[in-house]
Amino acid sequence: MTNPSPAARPCIGTCVEDVEVRGHIIDSLILPKILDSIGAGGGTFRIKEITIGQTPADPSYALIEVRADDEDTLQRILGRIADHGAVPTATHDCRLGIADIAGTFPEDFYSTTNQRTEIRLGGKWIAVQAQEMDCGILADPVGRTARCIPMTEVRSGDPIVLGHAGVRVFPEQRSRRHESFEFMASEVSTEKPKQVAIRQIARELRANREAGHRTAVVAGPAVVHTGSSEFLQYLVREGYVHLLLAGNALAAHDIEAALFGTSLGVRLESGGPVEGGHAHHLRAINRIRRAGSLRNAVETGVLASGILCDCVRHGVDFVLAGSIRDDGPLPDVITDVLEAQRVMREKLRDVTFCLMIATTLHSVAVGNLLPAWVRVVCADINPSTAIKLADRGSFQTVGLVTDVAPFLRALVEELAVMDSVGWPSQAVISQQSRL
Amino acid sequence: MSPHFLMCPPDHYGIEYEINPWMDRARQSDHTEAVRQWEALRRLLETCGATVSCMAPVAGLPDLVFTANAALIHVRTAILSRFRHPQRRGEEPHYAAWLADHGFRIVRPNAPGAFEGAGDALFCGETLFAGYRIRSDIATHQEIAGILQCRVIPLELVDPRFYHLDTCFCPLAPGKAIWYPAAFDTYGQKALRDQIGDLIPVNEDEALRFACNAVVLGDRVIANTGCPELRRQLERRGFTLYETPLDEFVKAGGSAKCLTLRLDEDE
Repeated sequence: MTNPSPAARPCIGTCVEDVEVRGHIIDSLILPKILDSIGAGGGTFRIKEITIGQTPADPSYALIEVRADDEDTLQRILGRIADHGAVPTATHDCRLGIADIAGTFPEDFYSTTNQRTEIRLGGKWIAVQAQEMDCGILADPVGRTARCIPMTEVRSGDPIVLGHAGVRVFPEQRSRRHESFEFMASEVSTEKPKQVAIRQIARELRANREAGHRTAVVAGPAVVHTGSSEFLQYLVREGYVHLLLAGNALAAHDIEAALFGTSLGVRLESGGPVEGGHAHHLRAINRIRRAGSLRNAVETGVLASGILCDCVRHGVDFVLAGSIRDDGPLPDVITDVLEAQRVMREKLRDVTFCLMIATTLHSVAVGNLLPAWVRVVCADINPSTAIKLADRGSFQTVGLVTDVAPFLRALVEELAVMDSVGWPSQAVISQQSRL
Repeated sequence: MSPHFLMCPPDHYGIEYEINPWMDRARQSDHTEAVRQWEALRRLLETCGATVSCMAPVAGLPDLVFTANAALIHVRTAILSRFRHPQRRGEEPHYAAWLADHGFRIVRPNAPGAFEGAGDALFCGETLFAGYRIRSDIATHQEIAGILQCRVIPLELVDPRFYHLDTCFCPLAPGKAIWYPAAFDTYGQKALRDQIGDLIPVNEDEALRFACNAVVLGDRVIANTGCPELRRQLERRGFTLYETPLDEFVKAGGSAKCLTLRLDEDE
């Protein structure tokens, strides 16, 4: 009677509804009957919560997630199990309020998380697009669509979701991450075996590239200071990076290194200071400003090497977001923070993997924009960067406490082995190691 | 204290509509015979030591005679029915009025859907067994469990001929009951087997004679005629079966149990 196969199947299917059933559902076999009905109807289930009565008079309770591949199948199953007392937990549409002041939400707006979210409109669940934490939800009841909207983009008259009713959130399953990061869990530790971790990251990067998905790298200027530019350039050239997010500093130091061979006036090859070197970074910025843009600088031969140069040459998108302490800044730096955030949001839309290296503020800024299902690896000598990311809601972050140079070198070595191209050569590695 | 039943004389009884497979307006009941059978049942109950109270029949409500569907009685609480079919909804205020006038606390379930009283809810020991899908909905049974603070075992009925639980299941004593297994789905059959140690099955022929629609008075069982196998099974267990002809009511899908509502249930 009770077919074990439905229970053994994982809960899959894109159409989903939570149902609850209460009463003497164990002794009467109503619960197994419901579960069997779901399986027989072509659906799958997951018992999210169950409370068994302690005495014969106590009722039991079960909260069951029902999934099916399509809406018709799901509705057929729900109709069938409703006869046995399993009823959907959500029976009301979400509540909408009209934004009365541009750039603000109505009071009692629903504040989003970075988890997959759906709202109920016209009796049907609709996936919220552009998932992002700390936004509101803009709903289109006619077109039956919904998307996250930042406060600043709200226009007067926008229908905004209010309260929690008719909104449901699907927390990312940890098991999905365990496929690749099982050994690391998500905690930050200085004690983790880094080589194993880095190999896993390399595999992830490679898998992402092979699948045609997009990878973003968020990088701080330490990549240049530590002489690790070559490794990041390798990632850019080999198609592992599709989007670079940074500030004025990384780009300025990268260009200074390309034009003068120094980083903040210190010779990268020898580590020694250079006379007049303190002005190199400003001269570098000035030269690019004179060219009009980084792209112009590359195309006119002003800039012929470095990370940004490779980005331009290999068609890798980059966003440079400014800050109040920037020198210059470079002409490509977006100095309006809201505009920078908007551009980052837009370009991050299809990213599925994000590597954050040696920058706290840009990492947190990017983390805030990413949905929870984007895999994030944060490599930083400062453990607080990954902790900050997690504290601010980017729970999916895998933290790796490490100096940037050995991390990137090891990562590139792993990728090179995988790519079997023999790069970087021993000579290059030796040269870099001396720095 | 003697067992106490509510009955309603068949003054206006007849097959005026068809809401179950038994009813056929072309196969009308014989009124004189129906009255005779009803009176015989009433006398048999009284002979067995029961008290019978009668409510006034109402023209246009032919099924008011089936008082088992008035409510579920528990001590002095009456959980009122809400009939599935509109043809019977007119009975509800009459049952409510009679029960309220006779001191019962009236409870109307809040859950949406139908509930047809003692026709679909029968105690066996401390547990309430409740039939659902054809005439009653499971949501009401779940609510009743909370109202009465008792264990309720819902049982899905799958044969339209046995549309109420009391047409296919009859508790005799704690742990002992008569049943017609094919009226239940496999889950219901297993649940009943798990919960009741001595289940006496009746065959299809006797089930169709409404063998399960019996009135139990201690070790005496009253049912329609034509159930010899049930008689043997009951006698083997120390029960006595009293048969009384009720064919005129079988034409409407009812028999001894349907024609009576036990008022002192579980006192």
